[in-house]
Amino acid sequence: MTNDRPWLPYALILPSVAFLALLFVVPLVQTVWLALSENGAPSLANIRTMAGDINFARSVQNTFLLALAVIPVQIAIALAMGTLVSKIGAGRETILWIWTIPLGISDLAAGMVWLAILQNTGYLNSLLFGLGLIERQTAWLTYQTPVALFIGIAIAEIWRGTAIVMVIIVAGLNQVPKEFREAAEVFGAGPWTRFWRITLPLIRPALQSALILRTVLAFEVFAVVYALGGRNFPVLVGEAYAWQNQNQNYGVAAAYAVLIMVISLAATLVYLKIVKVDPERLP
Amino acid sequence: MKRLLSFGILATTVAALASPSLAQTVFLSTQLRPIEEATVVREEILKGLDAPVDYIVEEPPQFAVRMEAERQAGKHTISLVGALHGELSPIADKDALEPLDTLAAKLAEAGMPQSFLDLGKLGKSSQQYIPWLQATYVMAAHKDALKYLPEGADVKALTYDQLIAWGKAMQEATGQPQIGFPAGPKGLMARYFEGYFYPSFTGGVVRTFRNADAVAGWETFKELWSVVTPNSTNYDFMQEPLAAGEVMVAWDHVARLKNAISAAPDDYVVFPAPAGSKGRGYMPVIAGLAIPKGAPDVAGATAVIEHLTKPDTQLLTATHVGFFPTLNIDLPTDLDPGVALLAGAVKATQSAEDAVISLLPVGLGDKGGEFNKVYMDSFQRIVLQNEPIADVLKSQGDVLAKLMADTGAACWAPDAASDGACPVE
Repeated sequence: MTNDRPWLPYALILPSVAFLALLFVVPLVQTVWLALSENGAPSLANIRTMAGDINFARSVQNTFLLALAVIPVQIAIALAMGTLVSKIGAGRETILWIWTIPLGISDLAAGMVWLAILQNTGYLNSLLFGLGLIERQTAWLTYQTPVALFIGIAIAEIWRGTAIVMVIIVAGLNQVPKEFREAAEVFGAGPWTRFWRITLPLIRPALQSALILRTVLAFEVFAVVYALGGRNFPVLVGEAYAWQNQNQNYGVAAAYAVLIMVISLAATLVYLKIVKVDPERLP
Repeated sequence: MKRLLSFGILATTVAALASPSLAQTVFLSTQLRPIEEATVVREEILKGLDAPVDYIVEEPPQFAVRMEAERQAGKHTISLVGALHGELSPIADKDALEPLDTLAAKLAEAGMPQSFLDLGKLGKSSQQYIPWLQATYVMAAHKDALKYLPEGADVKALTYDQLIAWGKAMQEATGQPQIGFPAGPKGLMARYFEGYFYPSFTGGVVRTFRNADAVAGWETFKELWSVVTPNSTNYDFMQEPLAAGEVMVAWDHVARLKNAISAAPDDYVVFPAPAGSKGRGYMPVIAGLAIPKGAPDVAGATAVIEHLTKPDTQLLTATHVGFFPTLNIDLPTDLDPGVALLAGAVKATQSAEDAVISLLPVGLGDKGGEFNKVYMDSFQRIVLQNEPIADVLKSQGDVLAKLMADTGAACWAPDAASDGACPVE
């Protein structure tokens, strides 16, 4: 049938392509132009302003450190959760449902939840005071306590973002045929060997998707950091926001946006290269 | 049938969307945004008008984007805007506001101070906005803090040295720093440096940015900061930590202290900011009313401005929100006790013998945000990152000098007047 009308598949995907082009490619081109122009002429002034800003190096460093701290932990926790849940029969759905609750909460709300715990008059201080460990309110989220602030933000991010990784990994684990594991067991492979040699290689496509998605999201981290750290912990998207809203310099904000996009694309390429997937297993 | 139905739905939707914007004057404001205040504006302040007014509010960043979008598209829905001096400046810079000279002349006759009307020119030859509301920044303290005041200090006429001694006494007694500043992402800390710190210590804002007085001032400020709570860099509105008991003494915009003070007027004292070696710097806040060029209902908007600047309306506004009239009129005696406390401190600030008024920046166009950033970056580097004061002031001074040269903004008070762009000495 398609042979009669070779244009049909193209016609069918045309609306989605046009939709994306209109709402994504056009603004993208405009943003790149905004970043690389000044008063209508090509210029690197915005990039120079961005790179010369006092918070630029700090925001790059913070964003990368946070990604490095959060992503491996999330992948490990998600793998552990996924493996655990696969052994469970009754109640599996309920457990998965509870684990995915953070997915339903907006970033900013998640930040507010953790702010309520970590701020001076928060639950953590109440608990520590109740246990007699502190005598008065202790500040965790100030510029004077960068380590506590970093840990607080990392924990909040891990809490908020692990569910999405787990959902993808559970989907991958479900596709691993039971026979493979049983065969390995027959040949005497222990649980670790089975995990490393059978499960992990077979869920590579899921792992790749999870890593790409999570890393891109990690470079876009904003609301949780904004709620907990404000200006004390500058990150790339936060700087873009500040240049757009407080400083009202849309060019420099666009330069940050382009930088974030370049970093995300580079990370995606790296994952596509490193976490190789058998082409036969691609959809 | 089905097609007819969908046409019908489409037609009614279009009609529903289109008709109110035709019948009503759309008034977009960045001020009086909280729902209680907006309700007062809609149900009381804007009553008495013949034509219905659609009062809508927008946060300042979105306001800027929306105004720019309407200007670029040439499709105007908004007839009247109410916004701060600094928010109207970028719009006036693009020549996108109707001149309001006739209205201004009328109001000058009705007793609006010429100094306010001049601010509304934004450095141009014609009137860009009509001053609508005014406010300023003050300090508030919980009454419990008063017993730690250093001997001989009058809370209504503090000096920086006394404030530091007070902060030290409070910290020793309570074990925690008790002074707070709104240095969070949405706080107005930049205005503290531009309107309070620099005028008090150097007698200027731009010219004196990196002179010897400024270096000495920053030394004092660092000493003060040692008794300021480090949570300050998370505070946006000081009424929250003040009401929560996290701090006992705070500096902020009157409208951002109002909730705490009004909720417990017997618990607080409100007083002017401290004085430095050059006097007691203070900065007025002016919100103005302006009509965008191409507005669909200029006549309606003009009528709303006339209504909002009537003495009765101005008093009504003052009794309900933390802003004060721009007309030269006395406030009623039956004010909300919290607002009365704030009004007293505003009056004390304006009439202080050593007052140094710092006007709002004029002529910066859309660089107001980056102007603030110069002061906040200096603060971050000198105070939070402990960098050498002279080095920071030198490099930030270069940024400031470039900014002034790019915009060509002339000096404003308390800096001495300049020919051309205001120099950084």
